Amino acid sequence: MKQKITIEPVTRVEGHGKVTIHIDEDGNISQSRLHIVEFRGFERFVQGRPYWEAPVLVQRLCGICPVSHHLAAAKALDVIVGAGTGDGLTPTGEKMRRLMHYGQMFQSHALHFFHLVSPDLLFGVDGDPAIRNIIGVAKKYPDLAVQGVMMRKYGQEIIKATAGKKIHGTGAIPGGINKHLTQEEKDSFINGADPLNIEKMISWAQDSVNFLKDYHSKNKDFIDNFATFPSNHLSLVRKDGALDLYHGVLRAVDSEGNKILHDVDYQDYLNYINEEVRDWSYMKFPFLTEYGKKEGWYRVGPLARLNTCDFIPTPLAQKEFEEYKAYTNGKPNNMSMHMHWARLIELLHSAEMIKELLNDPDLMQGELVTKGEKQKEGVGLIEAPRGTLFHHYRINEHDQIEMANLIVSTTNNNQPMNMAVNHVAKDVMTGQSKITEGMMNAVEVAIRAYDPCLSCATHALGQMPLELILVDKDNNIIDRKRK
Amino acid sequence: MSEQIKFTIDGKACTTEKGTNLVKAAKENGVYIPILCHLEGIKPAGSCRICNVKINGRFMTACTTDVADGMVIENITPEIQELRKIIVETLFVSGNHFCPACEKSGNCELQALGYRYQMMVPRFPYEFEEKEVDANSNKFYIDRNRCVLCKRCVRSVKSKDGRSIFAVKGRGHKAIINIDHELANQLSDEEAMEVMNTCPVGSILKKERGYVDPIGRRKYDTQPIGSEIETINV
Ligand code: SF4
Ligand code: FES
Repeated sequence: MKQKITIEPVTRVEGHGKVTIHIDEDGNISQSRLHIVEFRGFERFVQGRPYWEAPVLVQRLCGICPVSHHLAAAKALDVIVGAGTGDGLTPTGEKMRRLMHYGQMFQSHALHFFHLVSPDLLFGVDGDPAIRNIIGVAKKYPDLAVQGVMMRKYGQEIIKATAGKKIHGTGAIPGGINKHLTQEEKDSFINGADPLNIEKMISWAQDSVNFLKDYHSKNKDFIDNFATFPSNHLSLVRKDGALDLYHGVLRAVDSEGNKILHDVDYQDYLNYINEEVRDWSYMKFPFLTEYGKKEGWYRVGPLARLNTCDFIPTPLAQKEFEEYKAYTNGKPNNMSMHMHWARLIELLHSAEMIKELLNDPDLMQGELVTKGEKQKEGVGLIEAPRGTLFHHYRINEHDQIEMANLIVSTTNNNQPMNMAVNHVAKDVMTGQSKITEGMMNAVEVAIRAYDPCLSCATHALGQMPLELILVDKDNNIIDRKRK
Repeated sequence: MSEQIKFTIDGKACTTEKGTNLVKAAKENGVYIPILCHLEGIKPAGSCRICNVKINGRFMTACTTDVADGMVIENITPEIQELRKIIVETLFVSGNHFCPACEKSGNCELQALGYRYQMMVPRFPYEFEEKEVDANSNKFYIDRNRCVLCKRCVRSVKSKDGRSIFAVKGRGHKAIINIDHELANQLSDEEAMEVMNTCPVGSILKKERGYVDPIGRRKYDTQPIGSEIETINV
């Protein structure tokens, strides 16, 4: 009998994922699909709006990483106002934006690790759901929970000082930034009362990496084999191959580390990347045009970034990077759960970058904005916490946005998340007729490794309300479980 | 010397020169009477009615009234405050005001009045009427979704030879603000900036400059509208 199992999170928040697992007569998994049922339509509602509104308007796509959208849109508009990309901005404009971005990276990675992932690691994937959440972590490991909260707070304060507000600020404007950092803000970030100062943040970030390495050494089988599959990897890298989360050229490598996209200018992304529409998901499936739909899909995010870059330009993170790379003999890392390791190395790198930037005098003085000859079209890319984010705008002669195209990180990871779900379903569900809490959570854990935006709606308290429906080939419900 | 007259606002003894407009006279005495359609220096229109006060027991619009000797004025009473709140709410539901992404946020008088009168959720149904934007001018982006039809622009913005650059087209519910593109294009950047500042809301936007004032340094970020008047020591 052919069966279909549906894992559907029933959340109070709109926009969530639903997983369907198709089982054939022999109990084998024939197919699994992650359906993204959210549809936000931002590309349409910005049409007709004045172009300078885009960074403020479009960031409302997300309450978790609005800064990424804010900056990607601003970068696209830099091109439109004739400021160019990257070094076209004034030093103040560029560095204030970088500070904003690394602050965002720091808080987002901290949130993801401490709030969303640590419960799974500390209590086990099939641990008691009643305690496998951030409240459980706070009770059993209070120091760790406090660290998570404080690191997030520190990053949020950086965002506020650069963007004006912790969420949905206005700092980045076409061609630059609208404010300097004040002496007071700088002092508080460098020498703030314990623990809210940069030295503490760096040392806590280092502790987090150590925590994960320790966990890894005790749980090698799980971390190395859970949802592991080969893929291509794509991200921005600095021109010299360094990890750069704010700006760079577009590079992709295959699962063996061969370069398949050679450090190209992202203004031309349409020459290299295409998107496939499938009728069962609102979310498109991007792929590298040259390699086609089947072979051309890629992963983005921390795992991909540490696979594409050659080195990390800050000392502590570089040291960790070397150890991380050595684990796979310098080859690309294709283990989904190593995403957490990579993410924490980036957390450390972000803290080091924040320190470097805070000590830069350009943040406190200098011209804020540059402009040049107006262009009709511009593309802005940034490495958001969850991966490469594309914003593309075209304007008409009256300064109105005529066309917008966004490829968000979660969309870039659409195929990989489906692959991860498929691998896990095959591992834990093949030949099973009963679904356990552990199985349901295993699927969730695989998705969560990619930190998709929908995670905010589903695991904030570790209690992802799930409905699991078992359907036979004639669509009769033969079993139903809810938690 | 001009004649000084005496009057009271909410029991406070005030003085001013004879013939002074009530909004201005109140300001001189450290009392804030809210305005929206009125702009000091131009002929009052009395159209928005946010400046409603009770004079000798009768409702009157302050912006169209000159103070007379011995006037007894009520400005802050529960009844009047409620009336003002209703007016603000009505303006919000009859336009499409999405403050979060509007560049006038923090500098917008309507938004500031919303805060001042503690509008939480409007009690009236939103009209969500479709309004056209006009982006064809070189200088301005006119977003009629946000226009409160105060006509400040119509009354105050003139070309060098005294012609109106803005005009109202249509009547009643259908009324919209139109702009003479040719005349508008002759304005200098500074003049265009003044025009943007004349508009109490985000309906007239000067092109190519958005979100220049950082959050925290916008007009109403640190103090509510009117408090600059109320804190004057008289
Ligand atoms: S455009 Fe502005 S100033 Fe003119 S009527 Fe509308 S709200 Fe008033
Ligand atoms: S301000 Fe007096 S009626 Fe509008």
